[in-house]
Amino acid sequence: MKIPARHRQGITILEPKGKITIGVGDVALREAVHEALEAGSTKILINLKDVSTIDSSGIGELVSAYTSVTNRGGALRLLHLPPKVQDILQITQLVTVFEVLDDEEEAVASFAD
Amino acid sequence: MMKSEPKVHVEVESRLENVELVQIAIESSLAQLDLSEDDAHQIGTSIREAVANAIKHGNRGDVSKLVKVELGIDNGDLLIRVHDQGVGFDEDGVPNPLEPENLLRRNGRGILLMKQYMDQIEYTFQPENGTVLEMRKELAVLRSNSAKQQEEEKQ
Repeated sequence: MKIPARHRQGITILEPKGKITIGVGDVALREAVHEALEAGSTKILINLKDVSTIDSSGIGELVSAYTSVTNRGGALRLLHLPPKVQDILQITQLVTVFEVLDDEEEAVASFAD
Repeated sequence: MMKSEPKVHVEVESRLENVELVQIAIESSLAQLDLSEDDAHQIGTSIREAVANAIKHGNRGDVSKLVKVELGIDNGDLLIRVHDQGVGFDEDGVPNPLEPENLLRRNGRGILLMKQYMDQIEYTFQPENGTVLEMRKELAVLRSNSAKQQEEEKQ
């Protein structure tokens, strides 16, 4: 499964769908972020609107992506968190790490700051 | 230990792709219970984390070793047991994923999620027989069925 990516104003927007779980979607997310970084993009927005399930492995990939991007001086932000994903980010206290937005226009504008 | 006989058994080789298989099998059994969406999500996530840990850390991905999952009902609670054939681990040695220095680690959140989503989780380490993780969750729908059953037995 390859994660669809599109580009707006120098920002790579990744749009995973379905599961980001161990063996199903976690590797695809890692590859998509790696591909974006290799292409020179350091502004990455992950739209989670169509993600149905995430587990600790998927959360681990989000954290790893965040670290990789910020280590390169970039920014990784999350868009449209479904309630189940929001719940897991609360439990793991990663809501304190990720910048989460609900509106794509605002999210795109936030990278200009 | 589970007082009543488990209702569902699933046994798989230690391959990560089997995490998905176990979850599908268990979810189809749980579908009969008419669970709320939140309960189904929490139980499904806990089973997924438990089986992934059993495969990765318990059996260390050795496909000759099995992971067995049992599902049953005990006193109106849902009981899940996950067995592996590994040597166990030091529970106190598991880093707390909520500590600031651990927040950005890739791994180590599975037990936290299980503890949050289930009412009780307990590991039993058996040197010759592997590890058993028992998880318990109180479910209103099961409590209500159990009470009805007891009432019928009295009559």
